Amino acid sequence: MNLKPATLSKIAEVIPHYPTKRSATLPLLHLVQEDLGFISPEAIEWVAAKLELQPINVYEVVTFYPMFRQKPIGRRHIKVCRTLSCALLGGYKTCAAFEQEFNTSTGIGEISPDGEVTIEFVECLASCGTAPVVMIDDELHEKVDGAKAKALSAEIKRAAAQRR
Amino acid sequence: MSAPAQRRIIFQHIDEPGYSNDLACYVKHGGYAVLKKAVTMKPEAIVDEVKQSGLRGRGGAGFPCGFKWTLLDKKSGKPIYLVVNADESEPGTFKDRYILHQDPHQLIEGIMITCFANNVKQAYIYIRGEFPHGARILEQAIAEARAANFCGPNLLGTSYSCEIYVHRGAGAYICGEETGLIESLEGKRPYPRIKPPYFPAVLGLYQCPTIVNNVETLCHVKYILDVGGDAYAKIGTPNNTGTRILCVSGHVQKPGYYEYEVGQITLGQLLNEVCGGPLPGRKFKAVIPGGSSAKVLKFGETFTLKNKDGTSRTLTVEDLPMDFDTLAACGTMGGSGGVIVMDDSTDMVAALANLNAFYAHESCGQCTPCREGSLWMKKITTRMVHDHARVEDGALLKNVADQIAGRTICAFGEACSWPTQSFIAKFGDEFKAYPETKKTAPPAGALELV
Repeated sequence: MNLKPATLSKIAEVIPHYPTKRSATLPLLHLVQEDLGFISPEAIEWVAAKLELQPINVYEVVTFYPMFRQKPIGRRHIKVCRTLSCALLGGYKTCAAFEQEFNTSTGIGEISPDGEVTIEFVECLASCGTAPVVMIDDELHEKVDGAKAKALSAEIKRAAAQRR
Repeated sequence: MSAPAQRRIIFQHIDEPGYSNDLACYVKHGGYAVLKKAVTMKPEAIVDEVKQSGLRGRGGAGFPCGFKWTLLDKKSGKPIYLVVNADESEPGTFKDRYILHQDPHQLIEGIMITCFANNVKQAYIYIRGEFPHGARILEQAIAEARAANFCGPNLLGTSYSCEIYVHRGAGAYICGEETGLIESLEGKRPYPRIKPPYFPAVLGLYQCPTIVNNVETLCHVKYILDVGGDAYAKIGTPNNTGTRILCVSGHVQKPGYYEYEVGQITLGQLLNEVCGGPLPGRKFKAVIPGGSSAKVLKFGETFTLKNKDGTSRTLTVEDLPMDFDTLAACGTMGGSGGVIVMDDSTDMVAALANLNAFYAHESCGQCTPCREGSLWMKKITTRMVHDHARVEDGALLKNVADQIAGRTICAFGEACSWPTQSFIAKFGDEFKAYPETKKTAPPAGALELV
């Protein structure tokens, strides 16, 4: 396990927030995933050992919660809201626009051919008043119609081109 | 009658130019003065004020807040915990987002008053995983408050100490259910617990007495202590006191959040005047008044309700006051305050299919009726929309839904069956006619919903 020193110090800080170590399972998984990009079998064992649990106790958590993933994703993570308020104002069109821009589908964990993005059609993001909404990594984008989806995609592609 | 003016108590500073989410700004606007007052009071007196206020929980169930606190097992000798439900996950609801991002100290002050009043040992804010910025803002705000002695050891020079920690969820709707949330906080799958015996007030977090309160509810606690329980009880209507944040989304001109005295505004005033009415050329068709689980209302239907004096009154959907009791009497609920509006362009079968996909995805899988039933309701409605529909599908859907509610550990069973039951009850004709409808091409510009 090659966790960054900053991650290790955050892990050390968070465990004593709880009277039982097991409570730190979700926080540790978040920290590990932020650091490594996904949660590997090795990471599950490492977290289990750290919290004095059986690996199954951690594995069952990883498999339940939608935000934890066991495979790497694209460089950027695009989450389009699928639920009713967004759908009523075109959420499905927004999702299709992103899929078209990056030539990929919202199949679970699929990475676009250029490696730049993984698009996910997720359930309610709790910003129904500004539908349709999209989260790109940690940033919320509001009222994302087809045109705005294209503009956001162009930004991601521009950043990718600059990096190459 | 024109719509009353908004009464912004909880959202007083939301979207105010120049108002920032740091401690200095909050204190400049009078922040933490109520907490300073609270620590000079007897804890029981604080609980009494909240009971006096008639405050009902803003998370969905509308349970009386002060009464919830009195259920706490204070004699067990075990530590008492406060868990703040910031998992805001009911589709159509988006009020807590703005409190957490723009006015976090208001929540922290409410938390610390509640902790002091109930001798809470430790508070956790369970925030949904999709609010990463919100979690960071809260952590920053807690650190600021702690440095100024507004939380942490020896609160404001008293002998009382209490820490607040932020705990992030990871994308599961069921964590909004209070016992599922507690399981999640313990580091497990969020399978709701069976009640009895696991009432949080007695056997909650770590099997200790626990209060679970919604973000908005705790902000109201702060305000109640500021103005006094009796004064607060005069806001709104009897048994439905205070203000409510109504979140409007879907097919209206001006979606958004609006704070009103409970029961002072009707659904018609809210949608037609405040939210600017339907989109151009459209008419309202249906509205879900309290988050996606609430039963749908159909424009044009009427409700005959009994008055206290034995007479009765007949109300249209537009006439309904937005309070807990009237909406319940009409067979739906005020729930979390999320109002989802659908106009005459909406294909109701597809709209239900959208909701059913949500519930099938979010069922935790613990109880068979819910796990299987939610999946079958999704499969049937999706098949109707994308493949072929049968005349008897409506009856089949109702049959499945009727066998879930009341047969599960938690209220998710009701939450996932109410949309199907109410859509079939109110729009059954559309479901019956769907095989015919599917033979004609959808109208131009029709949006996919599932």
